[in-house]
Amino acid sequence: MKKEQELRIKRREQLSSIETELKLANKDIETGDASCFCDSRPEVIAPYRGILERFANWARAESLWILGFGTGCGAIELRPLMTSRFDMYRYGIQPRPTPRQAGVFVIGGYASVKTMKRIVRSYEQMQGPKFVLGLGSCTINGGMYWDSYNTINRLDYYIPVDVYIAGCMPRPEALLAGFNKLKAMIKAGQCDGMNQYAEHFDWYKANQKKIIKHWDMPDYNW
Amino acid sequence: MQDMADVQNRENLQNRENLQNQENLQNQENLQDMKKLQDMKKTADKISALKNRFEISFPRLENRDDLLFVIAAEQHAVPFITWLRDMESYTHLVFFTAVDFIEDGLFQLTYMLHNYQLHHDIAVLVMISRDEPVMESIHHLWPHAATYQQELFEMYGIEFPGSPRLYEDFALEGWQDIPPMRREFDTRAYSEETYFPRPGRKTFDTVEYMKEQLYPGEAESW
Repeated sequence: MKKEQELRIKRREQLSSIETELKLANKDIETGDASCFCDSRPEVIAPYRGILERFANWARAESLWILGFGTGCGAIELRPLMTSRFDMYRYGIQPRPTPRQAGVFVIGGYASVKTMKRIVRSYEQMQGPKFVLGLGSCTINGGMYWDSYNTINRLDYYIPVDVYIAGCMPRPEALLAGFNKLKAMIKAGQCDGMNQYAEHFDWYKANQKKIIKHWDMPDYNW
Repeated sequence: MQDMADVQNRENLQNRENLQNQENLQNQENLQDMKKLQDMKKTADKISALKNRFEISFPRLENRDDLLFVIAAEQHAVPFITWLRDMESYTHLVFFTAVDFIEDGLFQLTYMLHNYQLHHDIAVLVMISRDEPVMESIHHLWPHAATYQQELFEMYGIEFPGSPRLYEDFALEGWQDIPPMRREFDTRAYSEETYFPRPGRKTFDTVEYMKEQLYPGEAESW
């Protein structure tokens, strides 16, 4: 009996040590505030089985709610997309005011370091499954700001990107094409950005912390 | 018939009166313009009369009628600007910026002032040392100058002792390098080091490519 108890205690200790390893350090928050924030890591979520997942993907593809956060100059193309000429509502796309309600994040063009911090924070606060559209050439290779001291060059080093729309800036037709591409990809079950983010979380965090030097938020903003 | 003739005469008279009125208006406008020009010249004369008091000089630039460049000495610049604001009603600080003359070891500060009565601008240029860039603050003259000074400190490292919020972050958050708008800062090298540049496409010289790939045997005879 004693041996069994000892074994149990050992196992518990091992488990707790593994748990502490799996938890986030949140080093940059002031010590008093650290307990107010979540310290768990993002988890990989397995898809449903068979037809259930296909049904879920169809439902996800037909109601894309985008986060109303125009991060760069390309966000100006979302306005004509909303109004009657291009009318994105007929595709089931509509803007939402908060990250908690949105499923698609459109990065509108160049992202400066200051904006990148807000982008990371908003992306992590969005509920899954979530998708990212990179709009304009700035998100692909920096565009005309490729040698700027304050704008990033590749968006996919900081958050996972599902579809890029090339152009400086792309017209609303191109955006619609991008959205339709995203729909097709979701229906085919290819948009797995959220799980990629959870799997390679440390790599993404290291890249983010390399540029965001004034980091005063939890490591995972959930 | 006489009635008709009367009507015609009246119409002619009216037309003439209208024309005269228009001419008068134009003359008045011209007169006003002339007055404005004279006023501007007067202020320019006044300023040149104050040469000895403020140690100012005029750069050889092709000036417009409504824009005057004045070079002021560092220690007399703020009294001169105060005099322009309070006595000559140049009440609007349009912008306040700096130019980096790295070859001469100087920063050129530009204070652009506007007079609403004359619609006349005066640009006060001040050359300060690049090694110890310190300038008197003008936030007591215009409160919004504090923001310009905050930006100048962040982008060029020019200090304005006593200026409010001077050392707070403005556009860059947590910047640790030398101020990025200084010309010794290599923005391209910094960008390549920090932001993961995407390698560009391969480009081929057409003639060389043809020689190598399409006609390998014949290339020597060309």
